[in-house]
Amino acid sequence: MTDAPLLDVQGLRVAYTTRAGEVPVLTGLDLSLRAGEALGLVGESGCGKSTVALSIMRYLGRAGRITAGRILFEGRDLVSLDEGALRALRGRRIAMVYQDPMASLNPVMTVGRQLMEVPMVHERVDAAAARARALAMLREVRLADPEAVMDRYPHQLSGGQQQRIVIAMALIAEPALLIMDEPTTGLDVTVEAAVLDLVRDLRRRHDSAILFISHNLGTVARVCDRVGVMYRGELVEEGSVRQIFTDPRHPYTRGLLDCLPTSGRDKRHAPLIPIAGQVEPASARTPGCGFASRCPHVETGRCTTRAIALATVEDDAGHRVACVRVDELAQASRRRATLAVRDAQAPTAPVIAVRDLHKSYERRRARLAARKDVVRALVDVELTAARRRTLAVVGESGCGKSTLAKILTGIEVATGGSVTLDGIEVAALPVDARDRTLKRKLQMVFQNPDSTLNPSHTVGYAIGRALRRLRERAPADVPSGVARLLEVVKLGPEMAARRPRQLSGGEKQRVAIARALAGDPDVIVADEPVSALDVSVQAAVINLLNEIQAERGTTLLFISHDLAVVRYLADHVAVMYLGTVAEFGAVERVFAPPYHPYTEALLSAVPVLDPDAAASRIVLEAPLPRGDEVPRGCPFATRCPRRVGTVCDDVPPPVQQLDGGHRIARHIPAKELAARQVPL
Amino acid sequence: MARFVAKHLLFLLLTLLVVSFLVFTLNEFSPGAVARKVLGAYATQEQVDLLTTQMGLDRPLLVRYVDYVRAVLSGDLGQSARFKAPVRDVIARHLANTAFLAAIAFACIVPLSMILGVMAGMREGSRLDRVILILSTVVASIPEFALGVFLASVFVVWLGWLPGTATLVAGGGWSVAAQLVLPVAVIVLFDAGYVVSMIRASMVEVMQRPYIRTAVLKGLSFRRVILKHALRNAMLTPITVIMLQINYLVAGVVVVETVFAYPGFGRMMLEATLFKDIALVEAGALVAVFLAVVTNILGDLAYVLLDPRIRA
Repeated sequence: MTDAPLLDVQGLRVAYTTRAGEVPVLTGLDLSLRAGEALGLVGESGCGKSTVALSIMRYLGRAGRITAGRILFEGRDLVSLDEGALRALRGRRIAMVYQDPMASLNPVMTVGRQLMEVPMVHERVDAAAARARALAMLREVRLADPEAVMDRYPHQLSGGQQQRIVIAMALIAEPALLIMDEPTTGLDVTVEAAVLDLVRDLRRRHDSAILFISHNLGTVARVCDRVGVMYRGELVEEGSVRQIFTDPRHPYTRGLLDCLPTSGRDKRHAPLIPIAGQVEPASARTPGCGFASRCPHVETGRCTTRAIALATVEDDAGHRVACVRVDELAQASRRRATLAVRDAQAPTAPVIAVRDLHKSYERRRARLAARKDVVRALVDVELTAARRRTLAVVGESGCGKSTLAKILTGIEVATGGSVTLDGIEVAALPVDARDRTLKRKLQMVFQNPDSTLNPSHTVGYAIGRALRRLRERAPADVPSGVARLLEVVKLGPEMAARRPRQLSGGEKQRVAIARALAGDPDVIVADEPVSALDVSVQAAVINLLNEIQAERGTTLLFISHDLAVVRYLADHVAVMYLGTVAEFGAVERVFAPPYHPYTEALLSAVPVLDPDAAASRIVLEAPLPRGDEVPRGCPFATRCPRRVGTVCDDVPPPVQQLDGGHRIARHIPAKELAARQVPL
Repeated sequence: MARFVAKHLLFLLLTLLVVSFLVFTLNEFSPGAVARKVLGAYATQEQVDLLTTQMGLDRPLLVRYVDYVRAVLSGDLGQSARFKAPVRDVIARHLANTAFLAAIAFACIVPLSMILGVMAGMREGSRLDRVILILSTVVASIPEFALGVFLASVFVVWLGWLPGTATLVAGGGWSVAAQLVLPVAVIVLFDAGYVVSMIRASMVEVMQRPYIRTAVLKGLSFRRVILKHALRNAMLTPITVIMLQINYLVAGVVVVETVFAYPGFGRMMLEATLFKDIALVEAGALVAVFLAVVTNILGDLAYVLLDPRIRA
């Protein structure tokens, strides 16, 4: 069995039964995995990557069905196994780690019991032995105080801790195959980095093979040896991490990589190139290449008449591509976009000026608890947004970036301090008290367009309503106004009659942007507008925001946790930590030494595509302090890798003013920091 | 936890105060109304006036209410006109009978609906699920009196297996146990139908949660997945509803008690109302409200005990 692969998926076809009939999701997938190897599966939502995982686990639900193919695992075909044999494999030889660890853990069972269950069921060991195993495993996933963690319920742990529990639960039986389905999606970037480092580390100690599924190419590069790129239920390219990321051959892989705001790219130098068109539904499958309708190199006939199999690239062992034109499309043919539009006007007066802004909430510790905590969501926040520019606000969840947006829009009012919008004080002005002109000046775009668009209204009605409300349009003018706004966001006029459920995620977000533009606002506050979108769609929306800004002179306040996007899009950046601004300045200054230690940690946590990336990263092991545990001194003191001493705990750090309006709040002098830090 | 109990007790007191005032006011609002109700339509106005003065009913409403509250607090609920006995004793006797019936019914309803609800919900859309769903919907939608009359005509009139009344007096050759079968059966069928569908719905939802997938893919047997992972989660939502059934069983089974001539609390209230036995109606209303609030508190408490996320 030395040469036989651990997992060998051959011609796997899976279909889901829907009301419209049977829809094929996987159409003849081949992949194999040797013992101890880590294979990444990447692709956009709907490409079938999770279906691969669930097929291997034989957990497709009642709607899913394996229609053809074999899944050989340790020489046995999983497709034909009965329930009893599957049970013996699941959790013991094949284990799985899921997205959203909170939902994956039983909320009414202590994590210790959930861990102990695995050896108790599979190996029939007694409770004491299972407990010892669980404790050892918790230590291995680097959870502090494992004894105490054993007795906790999932909700008492942070997201990162929960995912470590799920990983411990998967590895406790020493499985031969570990399937990880988007294990870091939804985690903060610093937590993600720590979890990925843990997985890398565990790989070395356990010889489990890993099937790592992710939409984030950077995370795959950090963990895997090989990568498979999926598109519409097929593997279109497969190879080593280096082959895929430095010499992609399939037009789709190239398209994906060109959409990524990888480090070093920004809107001034190398604009993102979105993939044209959108994924066609699985039910509308035609013979030939699935990517043909969006491919810039398509050749009718050769590409569209028959199915295209994976073939090994010449002189490149292990690199397989499903493209008939692979030899003709040399590497040099990758597209390079021309310079993006750039408004060269000199900086103007700030549109938004925030000074000494405070916001605190009172919160019960639990539903039945007597004591109330005062949670300080914003402390002494000071920043400005220049007209016609993009100010990005970044930070981990809970840093106060969304609270800031809520105060700007008037959904919340500040507890203290001042916020001016075009010179008008709005900090204490709730949205109901704002007049039409003020409301018009500032509009918002939210993260999840699904929950912000009313499903029963047509697109035309939603945008038209904003036009009538904010612009006092006569009813006859509205349809033309709607069509014009749809054109601005690059949607056809026929979209006006559609309802949100008939739109894709990217289209919905465009509609949300069009609605925000209805009032011709001076400022658009966009709270994580691209976080829920696939990378190719994300690139298109980012480009759209850029163009709108250049054409209309809109100021954009861009709230994001994604530093790559921020570096690409922003002119100015405010890095927030626990309600305070740790660092503020022009993007090229903030993203270069001297950094605030927190900025440094955030930047080094971003998973990069470069397979050679140095492993010397800063990993924040300590969790984010809770609202009532914020240190007296520097808020970052509990996690800071560059602590200088007790001064950090006791004294709030002074704000140091550097060149060009760049300011950093910390104890270490800028020169000293610059000397110690390397550009990231 | 102390705070939880204190808060709810305060709420209980407040509710009792408000309800007692409302009931008192509605019954005794117009001067002379009480005496008229007591004496009936054929009494002369003079007799009514005399009784009104005798009972002190011509005093302002608020004064009388304060007096009433004082009396209730000292344990004096007044005299029942219908049963010619102290209200306290009348209520205690009937409440004990009802509690007996309710306890038996509750002891059947809870395990029965848990078993059926979980079995239906664990495999949504299976044949077993559909059978249980249809049966529970049918029995829950037949009114109690129709169900009572139907069962009585089958088992009493046609088959002659069971007695048609449950007077709790062992006579006519029927034991008390035999007398209880039909009332309990009607209550259980009617009420369990509703509770089963609640538990089933909750179970269906729980079975779709990611942690059930985690449990299955850990290689646990289906039985273990259901018992160890799904059951407790599936009981979270219905537990409050289940506790509220105690309230229904004690104060809401008027129809069943009437159909089977059962000497319980519900029938006592009905009779007291028909006979304009004001003291008994007022005291009975207080007892019913007390039970309603207490069962609500029990429901909340059970929820807290089941769900660690709510415990501080």
